[in-house]
Amino acid sequence: MKLSFSSEDEKFRAEIAQWLSDNLVGEFEQLKFRGGPGDEHMFPEERKKWEQKLAQGGWTCVGWPTEYGGRGCSIEQQVIFNEEYARAGAPGRMGHIGEGLTGPTLIAFGSEEQKQKYLPGIIAGNDLWCQGYSEPGAGSDLANVSTKAHFDQEKGKWIITGQKVWTSLAHESDYIFVLARTDPDSKAHKGLGFFLVKMDQPNIDVRGIKQITGTCEFNEVFFDEAQCDAQDIVGEPGNGWAIAMGLLGFERGVSTLGQQMQFQNELNQIITAAKANGSHQDPVIRQRIADAHIGLKIMRYNSMRMLSGGGNNGELRQEALIYKLFWASWHRDLGELAMDVLKAEAEILESAPYNLTRMQSMYLFVRSDTIYGGTNEIQRNIIAERGLGMPKEQRLIKNS
Amino acid sequence: MEFSFTDEQKMIQDTAQSFLAELSTSNAIRSAMNTEQGFDNDTWQKICSQMYWQATHIPEEYGGMGLGYVELAIMLEKMGQHLLCSPFLSTVCFGANALIVAGSEEQKQQYLSQICEYGLTATLAYTSSNGIWDAEAVQAVVKPQGDGYLLSGTYRYVLDGHTADTLIVAARSEKTQGDDGISLFIVEANTSGIKRTWLPTMDQTRKQAEIVFNEVELKATALMGEYQRAWPALKQIIDLATIAIAAEQVGGAQKVLDLSVEYTKERVQFGRSVASFQAVKHQAADMMMRTEVARSAIYYAACVAQEVLSNCVSLSELSEAASVAKAYCSDSYFKNAGDAIQLHGGVGFTWEYDVHLYFKRAKSSEVLLGNSAFHRERVAKLLLD
Ligand SMILES: Cc1cc2nc3c(=O)[nH]c(=O)nc-3n(C[C@H](O)[C@H](O)[C@H](O)COP(=O)(O)OP(=O)(O)OC[C@H]3O[C@@H](n4cnc5c(N)ncnc54)[C@H](O)[C@@H]3O)c2cc1C
Repeated sequence: MKLSFSSEDEKFRAEIAQWLSDNLVGEFEQLKFRGGPGDEHMFPEERKKWEQKLAQGGWTCVGWPTEYGGRGCSIEQQVIFNEEYARAGAPGRMGHIGEGLTGPTLIAFGSEEQKQKYLPGIIAGNDLWCQGYSEPGAGSDLANVSTKAHFDQEKGKWIITGQKVWTSLAHESDYIFVLARTDPDSKAHKGLGFFLVKMDQPNIDVRGIKQITGTCEFNEVFFDEAQCDAQDIVGEPGNGWAIAMGLLGFERGVSTLGQQMQFQNELNQIITAAKANGSHQDPVIRQRIADAHIGLKIMRYNSMRMLSGGGNNGELRQEALIYKLFWASWHRDLGELAMDVLKAEAEILESAPYNLTRMQSMYLFVRSDTIYGGTNEIQRNIIAERGLGMPKEQRLIKNS
Repeated sequence: MEFSFTDEQKMIQDTAQSFLAELSTSNAIRSAMNTEQGFDNDTWQKICSQMYWQATHIPEEYGGMGLGYVELAIMLEKMGQHLLCSPFLSTVCFGANALIVAGSEEQKQQYLSQICEYGLTATLAYTSSNGIWDAEAVQAVVKPQGDGYLLSGTYRYVLDGHTADTLIVAARSEKTQGDDGISLFIVEANTSGIKRTWLPTMDQTRKQAEIVFNEVELKATALMGEYQRAWPALKQIIDLATIAIAAEQVGGAQKVLDLSVEYTKERVQFGRSVASFQAVKHQAADMMMRTEVARSAIYYAACVAQEVLSNCVSLSELSEAASVAKAYCSDSYFKNAGDAIQLHGGVGFTWEYDVHLYFKRAKSSEVLLGNSAFHRERVAKLLLD
């Protein structure tokens, strides 16, 4: 165990810091500290351009292997990249689903052809992806998806029909990966397929859903005989569950460190507000701010532990199993702290009809952290069953 | 940056686990805790002569093994897990740390080598009865007399204070307060004028004492560090000890989780194991979450401690890491221990089951060197003032 970075890594830090300070200027200046949690609907066009700017500098997909066009950065360098990115106040990444989920999934499970076809667009910052997992009947019980896919021999295409819901940024995306049933008679984890689907086609209909914040970041996505090519299924038909789960494993990767730096920015804002309005002298607020700081520090150490050492044979280690539950609960508490620090002023909107301040958006948005990506309750089931070997929840089988 | 164990560190962990599983059984704990001394002499001798654990992080030039604070934390975690009754924490984490941080070359030569060689015991006395753990805790008074010094005052809550061979004591000059005027001395416990009394405690696995100094004459050579300027050193010693306690707490938090999972899997009600009830699973999941993040906190703090001892990082970083770890680990251990009683039902409330021993240790170690509220306020000062 050691904490310091090598001099080579420190050189890398200087390089990315310099690049950001040279490039996060002019038209991009307004994006500073924007597009994070609760603010994801803001400046989509400008942020897409920023993705391309990053790509020109070689700063997208830094953790991908070089053979697939990535930068091949070590874990340490990815840590540094994320730290410096957030420190500079660079905007929330529009491309994070493609870079963090689609890409690693294709690199691990995709065909050579799929890699050729899809990875360059992600690296260039041109193609944005969204995640088509949840459905009205399949939330926590993801294996209950009922969207169907069948192969049309004549057209030589997969035909997809069904509905996805809560699909973040579907309205900004070029592609969606879809978990759908390839065997119509199958149940639960069996008989699923994992598809790569172009959004721009007449048979896909995207309808925004207004959120608690009054803005639309997620959507319903309707598939009415939507199509994708024969080669656009990852893995074999019937094997989609394994791919879908493999992908969720990537969700707990290095990107969490960037997220932590955003959390740090939020906490800094709260501290500034507390000092400005005097609530930093309130002993209860002092305790809670310190507690938030302590939680964030420990979160960082915990993810360093997750990322160090590697080699865990695909099994999530104990510290990785508990990570989502910890950060989601921490972030929810931070939202409450933000409001309590602001006291009566917390209620007052930026402007009518319903324009929230940044702190208000954050406060409302954090209520979703304990829901998406596996609710806190589902996390606790997983921890108890996989981490502690306690008995599994029973699934009721309906006899029809 | 590397944040996982080396093979050697893994070996130390395994060795500690198997050694303590054999040595610190429930029976052994219970017989040790029922004595005034609080530990078994043979056990202590085994630790010192067979395992050489007391020498872990003491530099080689004083007969130590010269390993790091991470190795020490690994052992402490295991000691907490097995509720080892021994003067290890007082001797190594208070005594030896004090010598390493503040001792003169002669003092190190003399005392550190005796600790390494045959397990000389030592402890740190700085707290009065005011229940404070920072500089204001120091209320004993010292003044120069002849070539040496004259020290008077009463210390309370001194770990193993009634049994330690050697005492490291803090005192302040008259009419000083706060960080000013504090000095550190090392003195044989049997020096005349020192009266030591065992203070029976709710947590019987760790002993405390009251020590009264009644105009005790100290030689000039007893002084550690600079006269009246010892607070920074004392603070560093306390921070190092704080991290050690946090490491023990993680072991305890893990143990009560293990006991609870084991028990609820076996216990059957309503025709099923109670571990199959979701309310029980979720409580256990929360216990595991606390334990794992607490563990991350101590490994990090131990790294910082190591870097401080090798003069690599600033002392303020040490204070922060110590407070982060102690605040989180104190709460986690205590919550886990309380939950463990709940998950055991009626048997958790008995003297016979071990859960109460951990519950009581959780509280005593939470208080020792400042509870979580105290450490959060220390962090708040860094952030807000
Ligand atoms: C902001 C946001 C963005 C999202 N983005 C996406 C996206 O881009 N793509 C996508 O596919 N999905 C997305 N989701 C969907 C998200 O993954 C689901 O909301 C989540 O999986 C929960 O499903 P559900 O909403 O149907 O709740 P339900 O599963 O109906 O849960 C309702 C309640 O029951 C509890 N519960 C359910 N099952 C159990 C059980 N076995 N044990 C104990 N308690 C249980 C839950 O914890 C919860 O409290 C997003 C959600 C949100 C809020």
